[in-house]
Order: sequence, then C-alpha cells, then structure tokens
Amino acid sequence: MSVPQEYRYTETHEWVKVEEGGIVTVGITDYAQEQLGEVVSVELPRVGDEMQKGEVLGMVDSQKASSEVFAPVSGLVTEVNEVPDEDPAVLNTDPYDEGWLAKIEMETPDELDDLMSAEEYEEYLGNLSEEE
Amino acid sequence: MSTEEVKLGPVHAEPTIFQRSVHGRSGHSIRTADPKFKPAIPGSLLRTRPAALPEVSEVDVMRHFTRLSRQNYSLDIGMYPLGSCTMKYNPKVNEVLARLDGFTDLHPLMDDDLAQGALELMYRLQEYLAAIGGFDAVTLSPAAGAHGEYTGLRIIRQALEKRGEHRTKVLVPDTAHGTNPASSVLNGFKAVEVRSGGTGILTADAVAALMDEDTAGLMVTNPNTLGLFETNLPEVARVVHEKGGFVYGDGANLNALMGKVRPADLGVDVMHFNLHKTFSTPHGGGGPGSGPVGVTKALEPFLPVPRVVYRDGRYAMSSDYPDSIGRVIGFQGHFLVMVKAYAYIREMGAQGLKSAAELAVLNANYLRALLTAGYHLPYDQTCMHEVVFNDHKQKSQGVTTMDVAKRLLDYGYHPPTVFFPLVVHDAIMIEPTETESKQELDAFASAMLAIAGEVAEDPERTKRAPMRAFIGRPDEVTAARHPVLVYPLD
Repeated sequence: MSVPQEYRYTETHEWVKVEEGGIVTVGITDYAQEQLGEVVSVELPRVGDEMQKGEVLGMVDSQKASSEVFAPVSGLVTEVNEVPDEDPAVLNTDPYDEGWLAKIEMETPDELDDLMSAEEYEEYLGNLSEEE
Repeated sequence: MSTEEVKLGPVHAEPTIFQRSVHGRSGHSIRTADPKFKPAIPGSLLRTRPAALPEVSEVDVMRHFTRLSRQNYSLDIGMYPLGSCTMKYNPKVNEVLARLDGFTDLHPLMDDDLAQGALELMYRLQEYLAAIGGFDAVTLSPAAGAHGEYTGLRIIRQALEKRGEHRTKVLVPDTAHGTNPASSVLNGFKAVEVRSGGTGILTADAVAALMDEDTAGLMVTNPNTLGLFETNLPEVARVVHEKGGFVYGDGANLNALMGKVRPADLGVDVMHFNLHKTFSTPHGGGGPGSGPVGVTKALEPFLPVPRVVYRDGRYAMSSDYPDSIGRVIGFQGHFLVMVKAYAYIREMGAQGLKSAAELAVLNANYLRALLTAGYHLPYDQTCMHEVVFNDHKQKSQGVTTMDVAKRLLDYGYHPPTVFFPLVVHDAIMIEPTETESKQELDAFASAMLAIAGEVAEDPERTKRAPMRAFIGRPDEVTAARHPVLVYPLD
C-alpha cells in the first residue's frame, strides 16, 4: 500500500498535498481505492463552491459502493480534475497524481495541523487491519 | 468441455424479441379498415413511419418469454437469502384475493359509497399496522419503502415548520440503509453520519455528541443492517427528543420484531412499513411495493391526504386536514398490494405474526451457528433476522465475497446480499426468513460450507464460478462506466 511521505491524510482516507499560495490538492488514498474496488464514476464539486471542513466534497461510485469524499480543509474550490469524468479508472491506477479530485484555496491553513502525517496514517491503517 | 462445464438441461442463447422479428410476421390477423370510416386521429398526429415494433408470431412470443423466465431465479424455485430484503415466500392465496373482481374492477375516482368494501379493507389495514407498530395513525399512500421514508421525513419537516423551526440536519447511522441519506437530502436536510462503534449498535453518547437544535432528528433501522437489535434505542430516543428532534424508524427490518415489540414503545415517532418485505407481498417485478407510514399522536395532523376514515357508519376518503403535507401519490397508493398484505395479516393472526418473527430470528441464528465453521463473523454475537459474514477466511486464497456469491449460483441458490452493510468490508449478508424449513437451511449451509472447503483446496475453481448459470460474470464495471441505455434498432 503506497503512502507518499510528503502528503497529509484524513481518517476518512483523503490525501492533501500542499501547493504554492495556500492551495491544496485533494484526492483519495491508495487504501481507499483498494477498498472501493473498480471505480465507475466520480462526482465532483463546482469551481467556486465554498467547502467547510468535513463537508461532502464529492462522491465516488465503485463496483461495490457509493462513497462520499469529505473536504479535508475549509475553503474555496479553485479547480477540479476533469480526467476522472472521462476515465474514472484513473482513481484506481494513479490515486495520488493523475487521479486527484479538487484544488482548494484554504480558508484556515491551521486546519492542516489536524491532519495525519504519512507515518501517522500508516499506523492508522495498521490498526484498521487489526480490527478486521 | 469438462463435465463441470456441461450445463443442466436445454440451454438457449436467447436473442432479444427485436432480433426475432421477421418482416410481415404476425400473431393474429388484423382486419383491414373499412374505407368508409375515416380515422378519428387528425392526420397531423399520425406517424409517418411505422413504429419499430417486433413482428413475431404467438409461438415466438411464448417461447421467448418462457425461455427468459427459465433463466430467472425466484422464490418459487428456491431460497433467496438476500439480506435486508426479507425475501419471504409470497403465498398464492393473496394473489387470488387481489384478483377478485370487486377489487380489480374499481375505479379510483369511484364514489366512496360504491367502494365501501375497498375502503373498509384500507381502514382495517391502517388499524392493524398501527397496532403492530404502536402508532396512533397510519397512511397507506406511499408507493414503496423509500417513498415512505420521504413521506415520514416530510412529516417531520412540516411538524418543525409548524413550530417555526427550520432545522437543517438529520443524523443517519453508518449501519443505515442507503436510502436514508437520500431521503434526508430530498427533504432538504443534510445527512450527518453517526458511527455505531465496536458493538455494532448506536449509543446514546454517540448520538448526544451530534444532536443539537439544528438537527431535525435521527433515522434508525431496528434491528440494524448488521442484524443487531438497537438495545440503547429508548435512551437514544430520549436524547433526540430532549433537543426537540424526532426519531424516524426505518421499518425495513420489522420482520424480526412484529408482535414482539412495538417500535413506538422504543421511542420511534414515525416509521414506514415495507408491505413487500414484512407482509409477504412480492418484490420488484411481482410488485409493486408499498410503504405505509405510521405516526404518533403529535405527528398525526401532518399525514398525507387523502386519509381513509370511518364516520357515521360509513367509510370515506377525507382530505380535510389543513396541516397535512398534502398528496404524495396519485389516487390512493398501490391498492392491490394492500389487499395482499391485509390477507396475509388476517391469515396469520396476531399469534402467527409473532411466530413468524421468532422463526425468522431462529433461522438466522441457526445459519449463523452453522456457517461460522467456514466464514468469519465480524460481529460475533446473537443476531436477529439476518447475519453478516465476510471473506476474511477466504482472502488468503485470493477468493473474495464476489467469488463465493457467484459460486453459490452453481449450487442452485440466489446469492446473499454482498458488499452491504458498508461497516463490514466485503460483507456477505444472509437473511433466510421464517419461510425456509430446517431442511432448506441445512442444504443452504452445506452449499456454503462446501464452497468454503473448495476455496481451501482449489481456489481457482471458485474464481471461475459460475459454471452452471445461464450467464457467467457480466462485465459490471464496463456496464457502469459505459452504459448502453438505448437498444440500437437499426
């Protein structure tokens, strides 16, 4: 299971990559895509949507289930990835790069501190598999 | 071809009815119109090209649909352990009664005085359902379960608006049916998830942490989708009520409770009943469904209209309820489904309904005890009417829940519900219902355990399943990614 070191993570399996100028890129983790199985469609917010942290940012439909993607931070949606609309499988093949979902201009950069580091997320995943 | 690949009985690759079409072929002779009659339809509204209808003979039609029906699986063929759906046997006497001329020849606009029998049946069914759920009033209007949810939440919204409140959220546990959040959103609420925690049931603390004066209430399924009884429900309901909210009961799993406990006594304010689950009317193609909603006194004024009332010795439809949410369906709902449910309740009687609930729970626990020999049970405790396993024991062999489900087809069973509830990864959710005998349950358990044995010895075989079904593994992913929604006629 891949967990890039430079990203930050949520308990609901979203990743956050901090870009320049208070912008973050958001996507779902490798663990999330593996649990979902083959992704068949992706619903994303509109550019200009105001998101509160924890609000539903989008939906990912897979062969197994429909899952909500939650906004890991509050802010304004500045860009959404159009690739998954044409090719939803990109979330399975490249969740951390080509399969990104949205870019958010952070309202409260301090919220990043609430997210897990790669190391913490790996430990969290370890505990999840023990529970199973 | 190995012996295993030989299918049982004649198998026909059945083309579509359009592919069977032969130009000029007909099932009967159509008289040519007398030239002295002019068509009553204005020429401007007539088609310029004939409709692309299949041209087939009676024998073509008969064989086509009979062959398709042979490829289907139904309760009349065997056990259908689809968890959360309560696929109990649909007694045929109910069909006979629903076909009585006095019911089928009614027109929904007929004067009440000419439909007294039908109205009496509806009135009594309302009363029976109210008694089973512990409610003060029931509407029969909703067309199915999810429509009942919509109606129930609409009633809650109306009650809050009457108080001058515009609450924006509804709490939905992670063990809920997928329709619950959808019904919340359709009513303008935001669904907020409540985690059920390690025991698989709701706790008053988890609900209290989220319940506030901006929350309209909680939707709860009892027993929940893990097949567990919500033992904290009275306490949970108190938390919701203290903040001025309402408790919505999803009655999908009422089969485990009827005659044993009344949901209203546990604090439920409004609940839908699934007549096509608990009360033995057919699902889906044999349906339609019906989702009556029961409410407590405080919510009664908001029920949809028309309501069936009994006044001065006669039954009537009344819309004289100023606070009602209004109509939720054209006419009176799915009347003939009500006839079947009424017949079922009358035939079973109070004692019979109670025994059905007890046997449904006993059957699920019998399977739980037998199947733990081969399958992992994530919530290892006594269950109610259904039990949830997963593929934890099969995973090391590379075999998944889907493979087990497909292999069951080879053993002649409809597979259980898979991948639901979401709180159990790769769930296998089994609900046998009370209508399966011990012999049927034993045979099903043997098939499941034989598959578990096979997985250990020859996992590749399980992964190739089904080998004896009419259709193997349809490519569900491509179908979902690139759906073809229109049949290409040309």
